[in-house]
Amino acid sequence: MSSETKQILTTDGIPLEVSLKKAEKKNKIKAFLLVAPLLFFLIITYVFPIGDMLFRSVDDKMVTQMLPKTFKAMENWDGQELPDEEVFAAFHEDFVKLVEDKREGKLSTQLNYTKNGFKSIIKKLRRASKKFEEGNYKEQIMSVHKRWADVEYWRAIQRRAPEFTGQKYLKGMDMYVNEEGKIVSVEEDRRIHRVLWLRTLEIAFFVTVFCFLMAYPIAHLLATLPMKYSNLLMICVLLPFWTSLLVRTASWMILLQQQGIVNDFFVGIGLVADDNRPEMMYNKTGSYVAMTQILLPFMVLPLYSVMKTISPSLMRAGKSLGGTPFVAFWKVYFPLTIPGIGAGCLLVFILAIGYYITPALVGGASGTLISNQIAFHMKSTLDWSFASAMGLMLLSGVLVIYWLYNKIVGIDNIKLG
Amino acid sequence: MSKQKDFVKFENVDKSYDGKVLVVKNLQLDIAEGEFITMLGPSGSGKTTCLMMLAGFETPTNGEIYLGGKAISSIPPHKRGIGMVFQNYALFPHMTVYENLAFPLRVRKIPKDEADKKIDKALSMVSLQGFASRMPGQLSGGQQQRVAVARSLVFDPQLVLMDEPLGALDKNLRESMQYEIKHIHESIGVTVVYVTHDQSEALTMSNRIAVFNDGKVQQLSSPDELYEKPVNSFVAEFIGENNTFNGEVSDISDGKCKVKLSNAEIMANPISVKSKGERTKVSLRPERALINPKEKMDNIHNGKIEEVIYHGDHTRVRINLLGNPEFILKVPNSSANLDIKLGNEIKIGWNSADARALDPK
Repeated sequence: MSSETKQILTTDGIPLEVSLKKAEKKNKIKAFLLVAPLLFFLIITYVFPIGDMLFRSVDDKMVTQMLPKTFKAMENWDGQELPDEEVFAAFHEDFVKLVEDKREGKLSTQLNYTKNGFKSIIKKLRRASKKFEEGNYKEQIMSVHKRWADVEYWRAIQRRAPEFTGQKYLKGMDMYVNEEGKIVSVEEDRRIHRVLWLRTLEIAFFVTVFCFLMAYPIAHLLATLPMKYSNLLMICVLLPFWTSLLVRTASWMILLQQQGIVNDFFVGIGLVADDNRPEMMYNKTGSYVAMTQILLPFMVLPLYSVMKTISPSLMRAGKSLGGTPFVAFWKVYFPLTIPGIGAGCLLVFILAIGYYITPALVGGASGTLISNQIAFHMKSTLDWSFASAMGLMLLSGVLVIYWLYNKIVGIDNIKLG
Repeated sequence: MSKQKDFVKFENVDKSYDGKVLVVKNLQLDIAEGEFITMLGPSGSGKTTCLMMLAGFETPTNGEIYLGGKAISSIPPHKRGIGMVFQNYALFPHMTVYENLAFPLRVRKIPKDEADKKIDKALSMVSLQGFASRMPGQLSGGQQQRVAVARSLVFDPQLVLMDEPLGALDKNLRESMQYEIKHIHESIGVTVVYVTHDQSEALTMSNRIAVFNDGKVQQLSSPDELYEKPVNSFVAEFIGENNTFNGEVSDISDGKCKVKLSNAEIMANPISVKSKGERTKVSLRPERALINPKEKMDNIHNGKIEEVIYHGDHTRVRINLLGNPEFILKVPNSSANLDIKLGNEIKIGWNSADARALDPK
């Protein structure tokens, strides 16, 4: 026992344990220094911008900062009747400052998100406020427009007091906080996002199913054919993969349009009448066809990499033990490909759920996805906080699917290649 | 039950994969019920192809294979009821040992309690009781091998095929598994067709050995006959160690022949030579030649010791004899008094009956 507990010393008399730790620490620092540039690069170009963008979805400081005195004065207001002179005076003071800084336009945009009708009355107020006399601002402001005398509009302003808000998320679900502060759905004819979410899930799901059905036999062929054929097949799978996404989508547009090659072919073989060519583009069909083709390699490759490792003698063993070819496939081969199926399906589904270019080009009105809506708000309405809220919702949807997958199949059961 | 002499029968079987080269040529082979027969041969000799045809994974190009009197070429593998042990075990990695063994029983719809009994029996046969709930990945190579053997036997097949089942094991394990498989065969009396390229494995385990080369059975006989009486020079060289002399028959009479070498003449046993002037290759097992023989032998020649290698139980001596510098002798280490030293000239003697004059190939 004594030999075990005795401390081992190095030649310079330092305990071996200490000097080993020292050497290890040095190595760790060196290793960290090697990855540090990439780490900083990732933080600066990836973590920080994405974090900032996601933060915008809940950030509502703008109005809070534009009307600091108003909100201070509103703290004592119960929201039942019109606020008293103190609030009007504070609002006037804030507003004058905003006009000086030429920022009242931004205020009107922001308040308009909360309640329609602010734009014009703020414009009127700006003009009128130049001739305001000191004192009794309540009367003066209320006389500018009758909406300024409407308690609803003051409540709308009050709702913008908090620095953070979840209303963009509600809007993404076609819901909003009404005047009573309750969360309700918007009128049925104005619900656009729920339809888009459902359609996104539906298209992503079916694209995954189609990809799986097509990729499984291809991957099996790839894994079992002799080298010279399987290489050729592999090139056939990879060639489109290496081609630009836009080129592939544009090719589908050429193929699928009403005067396109596929329709010409159908007319040529007499399947459809020339004056009754089916619309295969600018609708869901277009999205399905093009996305399935584009995402197919993401299913083929993980499946192939898993199938490649399955020894052909396993199927033979299954058959020699008395299993019919189907039983041997179903009980032996198929369970062994599940890691590849899981990886492929997860990959395709996650890619499909956030697909943007292809549905935008061939999807038309009925084939666009939630990502197109996000892009629309990024580029056209410039409501970035709403876009990032929907982005985060999409991201959490993906994470939920990932979590479900982990629960059901187990994430260590995944094999990407 | 009387044992069937031709339980498995290969009748004029040809096999070609590409339509140009025959990998199995006109194979005739009868395997008796309960026999342990080994197909032995170098890689590419067609032995595995024969096994695959028997299992049903390949179809014969010509000819027919019979199992228990029935032609089986048109029966798919899963209906043949033949157990098979694969080279890399082919255990189903996603199933436990129990499930692996239950697979052939389940597809045969055998009730669970009966299946459990069979599985217990099969596992105890390979002494793996208590391993039923393990996954194959948690077993050592030898244990996996035994599971594979148990799985091939669990559904009581009449015929078990083994395709180089011990190839992946280390030497000690391989030897103990050889005995184990041999004992299992003896205790349950199943017919076994075993494929290997390891001659010592074949000699240890088999009732009969079929030596394959170039798509043909070169010799089919018991292990001792195969070793002692090879019928051609391929078999002589493939099985065991062998000293050879190339020469020409100069005289042949009374079951003996004279073979003229480049610088001497030796007496030999004419096996595949019939007349004077034929080229021949004389084959002599190393242990059949003696140093300084006391009894009278009809071949006694002088040679020079070129190399002495100590092997523990015996010493190998390389001698330059009659122009053959690769002549090997095995000397048991008990006879230490012999004058075996590097460079010494010694007398070597052997009987002409042991020197088999075979084809010159």
